[in-house]
Amino acid sequence: MFDVNKVRKDFSILNKADQKLIYLDSGATSLKPQCVIDVVSDYYTNYPANIHRGDYDISLKASELYDKARLNIADFINASAAETVFTSGATAALNLVAYQFGMKYVIEGDVILTTESEHASSILPWFLVAKAKKAMIEYIPLTSEGAVSITKFKKAMHERVKIVVTTHVSNVVGYISPIKEMASIAHEHGAYIVVDGAQSVPHMPVDVKELDVDFLAFSGHKMLGPTGVGILYGKKVLLNEMDPLFYGGGSNARFDRCGNLTLKQTPDKFEAGTPAIEGILGLSAAIDYLKQLGMKNVMRHEEELRTYLLEKLAKIDNVIVYNPHTEGGIIALNVKDIFSQDTAAYLNHHHIAVRAGNHCAKILKDVIETTDTIRCSFYIYNTKEEIDEFVSVLQEVTIENCVNLII
Amino acid sequence: MSDMMKDPMVLRQLIMDHYQYPRNRGLSTDEGYQQIHMDSESCIDDIMVQAKIEDGVLVDIRFDGVACTISTASTSMMGELLKGKKINEAKMVIDEYFKMIENESHDEELLAEAIAFSNVYKQPNRIKCATIGWNAIKTLIDKGDSNEKR
Repeated sequence: MFDVNKVRKDFSILNKADQKLIYLDSGATSLKPQCVIDVVSDYYTNYPANIHRGDYDISLKASELYDKARLNIADFINASAAETVFTSGATAALNLVAYQFGMKYVIEGDVILTTESEHASSILPWFLVAKAKKAMIEYIPLTSEGAVSITKFKKAMHERVKIVVTTHVSNVVGYISPIKEMASIAHEHGAYIVVDGAQSVPHMPVDVKELDVDFLAFSGHKMLGPTGVGILYGKKVLLNEMDPLFYGGGSNARFDRCGNLTLKQTPDKFEAGTPAIEGILGLSAAIDYLKQLGMKNVMRHEEELRTYLLEKLAKIDNVIVYNPHTEGGIIALNVKDIFSQDTAAYLNHHHIAVRAGNHCAKILKDVIETTDTIRCSFYIYNTKEEIDEFVSVLQEVTIENCVNLII
Repeated sequence: MSDMMKDPMVLRQLIMDHYQYPRNRGLSTDEGYQQIHMDSESCIDDIMVQAKIEDGVLVDIRFDGVACTISTASTSMMGELLKGKKINEAKMVIDEYFKMIENESHDEELLAEAIAFSNVYKQPNRIKCATIGWNAIKTLIDKGDSNEKR
């Protein structure tokens, strides 16, 4: 059973007598439970060896746990280990697809179809592909709240589209894109679909087989894991066709002085060099923790918080909500007539952590007609009491009170 | 420096007034202006600052854009304070302002209203806001200097 008070006990940063924290910025990165910190520390303390390199006990142990971690992480999204490539984060994963798949298959006149709510990491690599290959970027028009509708996607889809690049859950407005239907329509048109799952995999059940996506990228640090680890899921036949971005130790089977090179199979061929071993072990522990809570419960908890916050905000008149029909754990808002960063600084004064700005999705401002917002993003450890306090502080936000902080 | 300028109420009013009624807002299309776009300092503030320099004098300063209270008010005050000053005088004021922002000893007389920002150093995340316009004018002046040398 999901018990938020029990969950909170696992996050020591939320239980400090001398440091209050209401953390509403999990969309940026999540807090880490003690079990994840312990696994990282255990690796460095007790078996800090490289993987697949040494015929001695601590290296064998590290290798065994590392391989198990990959299976565990793959299983979390219903993929196989061969389809689960470790990268340094979702950004690296999305760049890998763009450079090694996009650059290989996109040709002049092709269209890369994307949305106006993409995060910079999802769309910028494709700008480069489009430029290099003389391909075009087209956008699926969003609804006025910034959501992708299947009707609008169908209309935007056509035979020249080679790649559909889309976020699963928008990091600014939190809408869930209808990925399963989008993938099916993309495939009917002979196109591939690349999904940025950075804001979905941590918060809801994601099954790559069910969605039938070609690629899915996500980061470990947004789902209770350490920073420095990301995942690129790719269909095996596509990964087999892709060349690595980096070459080096661990990714090759053999090479000789004439330059003949035999690469290992996927995923190893993409992972030259020593990986973030402790980060991957930590992510596996984070996944164990999430599995134990149950992703449906995680989703339900965020839903409850969202509904509760939206109901409270509807009753006060100094706050504008930009995504009142959002489905995820992200609320975009502003205090009327107050610049978002001023509001964020005032909230910080009350130990409430939120993000202010355009959240790296710089095209979206034209859709929701505001340049920047306060983003409040929930996770498993947030409570209704925290929301009460958040709303009460929001009601105090005035220019006077914001200016008072600096004089 | 009058005691009035030590009164937090007065300082707050000053900042709010410059935020709500920014001076020198709106850009000029006159060719005599040099301009700089300050949009890379932070994720949020996005302002354009213009300066018209004639015979070693800052004849006019203008700005526009999207920015927070601190950025807007500090840039507005910067314009009022430096407009009409000779370049070497302006440079002295700018140096004093940055000293104040770094919490070093500074000449309060020279900074006039801008001392409203003397406590910004206590909120390190707002230092960029309080200096965005000042960095812009500094760059424009330096650019003018190097053009002269060429």
